Amino acid sequence: MIHNPQLNKNGELTHLLTIEGLPAEIIRNVLDTAESFVSVAEREVKKVPLLRGKSVFNLFFEPSTRTRTTFEIAAKRLSADVLNLNIGASSTSKGETLLDTVDNLSAMHADMFVVRHSQSGAPFLIARHVKPGIHVVNAGDGRHAHPTQGLLDMYTIRHYKRDFSQLTVAIIGDVLHSRVARSQIHALTTLGVPEVRVVGPKTLLPTGVENMGVHVHHDMTQGLKGVDVVIMLRLQNERMNGALLPTAQEYFKCYGLTQEKLALAKPDAIVMHPGPMNRGVEIDSAVADGTQSVILPQVTFGIAVRMAVMSILAGN
Amino acid sequence: MKIQIKNGRLIDPANNIDAKQDVFIAAGKIVGIGEAPDGFTANRVIDAVDKVVCPGFIDLAARLREPGLEYKATLESEMSAAVAGGVTGLCCMPDTDPTLDEPGLVEMLRYRAKRINKSHVYPIGALTVGLGGQKLTEMAELTDAGCIAFSHADYPLTDTQVLSRALAYASTFGFSVWLRPQDAFLSKGGVAHDGEVATRMGLPAIPTSAETIAIATILELVRANGARVHFCRVSSAAGVQMIRVAKKEGLPVTCDVAIHHLHLCDRDLGYFDSHCNLLPPLRGLRDRDALREGLKDGAIDVLCSDHTPVDDDAKQVPFGEAEPGATGLELLLPLTLKWAAEMKISLPDALATITSKPADVLRLPAGRLSVGSNADVVVFDLTHGWQVNREILRSQGKNTPFLGLEMEGRVTHTLVSGQVVYE
Amino acid sequence: MNANTNLDAEALLAHLTDALYPAVSADTALVGIYTGGVWLAERLHAALSLTQPLGTLDVSFYRDDYDAIGLHAQPKPSDIPFDVEGRHIILVDDVLYTGRTIRAAMNELFDYGRPASIQLAALVDRGGRELPVYAQYVGTTLTLPPDQLLALEKDASGQLQLSVQPWQRRG
Repeated sequence: MIHNPQLNKNGELTHLLTIEGLPAEIIRNVLDTAESFVSVAEREVKKVPLLRGKSVFNLFFEPSTRTRTTFEIAAKRLSADVLNLNIGASSTSKGETLLDTVDNLSAMHADMFVVRHSQSGAPFLIARHVKPGIHVVNAGDGRHAHPTQGLLDMYTIRHYKRDFSQLTVAIIGDVLHSRVARSQIHALTTLGVPEVRVVGPKTLLPTGVENMGVHVHHDMTQGLKGVDVVIMLRLQNERMNGALLPTAQEYFKCYGLTQEKLALAKPDAIVMHPGPMNRGVEIDSAVADGTQSVILPQVTFGIAVRMAVMSILAGN
Repeated sequence: MKIQIKNGRLIDPANNIDAKQDVFIAAGKIVGIGEAPDGFTANRVIDAVDKVVCPGFIDLAARLREPGLEYKATLESEMSAAVAGGVTGLCCMPDTDPTLDEPGLVEMLRYRAKRINKSHVYPIGALTVGLGGQKLTEMAELTDAGCIAFSHADYPLTDTQVLSRALAYASTFGFSVWLRPQDAFLSKGGVAHDGEVATRMGLPAIPTSAETIAIATILELVRANGARVHFCRVSSAAGVQMIRVAKKEGLPVTCDVAIHHLHLCDRDLGYFDSHCNLLPPLRGLRDRDALREGLKDGAIDVLCSDHTPVDDDAKQVPFGEAEPGATGLELLLPLTLKWAAEMKISLPDALATITSKPADVLRLPAGRLSVGSNADVVVFDLTHGWQVNREILRSQGKNTPFLGLEMEGRVTHTLVSGQVVYE
Repeated sequence: MNANTNLDAEALLAHLTDALYPAVSADTALVGIYTGGVWLAERLHAALSLTQPLGTLDVSFYRDDYDAIGLHAQPKPSDIPFDVEGRHIILVDDVLYTGRTIRAAMNELFDYGRPASIQLAALVDRGGRELPVYAQYVGTTLTLPPDQLLALEKDASGQLQLSVQPWQRRG
């Protein structure tokens, strides 16, 4: 495949699979459109009729209540009909392949698939396979990408900080396994953030990550100095089992965000987290609930950003 | 049947021939080069004008999928593919179902192949029973049944004591052991080369050290046991260098590289193209370049197709779930020629990597067209352009990263033991 | 008609202001439709000394040509900073043509609440209605062929101008 599978012949976005390779204008267009949807959420009738008559199918091969719920709310606020399919292990054990599942659902006149899968690249396979006119939104594939999360994180940063061109952003935690981190790095570099740092132990930072345009830090105190935006990544329990880390306690000691460590960043630095949080593992409750935390607004913005993505795709 | 192949450019690397010379065949053997033997009248004359005539290709790695994996491919289909690709002799891996660990299975395989009457099949026997990495196979019996070497295919052999003893035992009889160097633990769960590309793509990765650590371990055991080892499918620059040094030291080791790793690297995975899901993984640009150099300077002895037919269902899944492997028998020639043209290597030197040199690794009197040799001959058109597509491939495996691409170089005639088996 | 006509936007605005003056009260809410309608509404709001804050509407999410054209470039956030419920609202737009924009604007307003009444003030009514929409207050009426676009522009000093340009209607 030579051409960018996300863009149609006219260079318009027809699928959202990854932020990597998206022109900055398309990213900014999503953020601008999302602003309009934020104001929709603040009035009494939170719906607009844009996707009325259209069917959005949430295809979640990897379970998730939070993300699926926000996509569902977003689609319904666009007046779309929503169908939730939690495929999980049961369907694959019946032997139906991923593409067969997609074909069957396409035959039921799906207009848009929102797909979450544990394998990196699965949404690309689906996007290659669906008929023109059906749109695919990647809700997270393996370690590869979570573009709507990356976009809502950019929306959040823009909301509080306005100008990307002056910022220092630190992404802290398990970058190796994080699709959110990869999407954030692509978005930040594309939007012109001059300094993007990743902070974590060597076992949790992927090979050659500096080639994505980031500075690598293993010392959190160095990594936090003078930072405008602190993004904490979730640490999953499994990491303690694979000889990547000893214990959650040691991780918190070295890489957990406390008030004390946060003080190393700029006084008006904001704290973000894609959720769900592991309090006491990567982030202290005092910080999570503190004045610099914008974790809850991220969730609100997430709905508006997803509405923006879906309405831009469905119109192309 | 007496055959004369006339007007062709005869290239026989082993005998240092690159000239316009006719070839004369009778009773399955080469009976004359350049000049017809006395009283020779051809029953058939093949006009090879503007074509190259050379020894039939010997492919050290082709999975035929029988016994047991017939839904992927059969002996019939794969042997057709082999001769269409000019491959007159091939080695097949023991990772069938059941594995080739019993003389009876090997005999049956050879019998089936003989009946089909196309390429010579040189089976590689399993090094341990069921490729389970515990119990040694009856290597002497298996050799009597026709095995030319022993291998562990892609199955892990993590117990170094077993590996050491297997090498020692093989060495007792002078048998060759073929090993693909990959540390089982370091490569666990990995599907791509550990580098910048896998990092961007979020793919679980196999570091280069998985190969180099395995090579180091095997070299140490070779030093200790004196076993002959052939390293299968080298994939990294560091790996090639280790083998280059080991050869200089005088260790009895050889190695091969697959056509895919000679031309592709991790960037070719593109947007998660599962046709590029291969074992070993496609590594970085510098690794690819080192492999191309290594085959040129002889650090790598042989080029092979690593032919692995995979059914469509096993490829049309997300990258990490796909079955690794690519079809290759029919691409061996054009990809050899492409490498030679790009690296400015002479045609005889290039063809040596798929004729005389694999024959030398097998310690067989094949891959050359001396008078008295078996008449395994290929005639091919150097410049014939063709597109790789599902219809043109005879193998049941249509899985190749080169689908849709244009190739140059096509076999026009293949002879095995003096019989035309493809044209 | 050809480009940069003798249509004087400022004069038409003055005429519209006069027409609206007897119709407004302390409770009247003015809502401008982006972009020309908002410029006009800002000027009217000041000229009529209205006490209710100005509302602005971007009708992108309510247009009927979404399936054909998709989202128009950059929707701006709509802002209705007063309670729509039971309110007398005057919508302001620059050019009234097919009536589809006004239909979309009314649908959007109803998603904020149930107004007591909606009236429409347009700088120019160019005819060509495709829906039963009517402007109670109009600067002037004229006819233009469908291949011409009448557009309101604002120059650097804030002066409003009308211009006619050739146009290819999409969808």
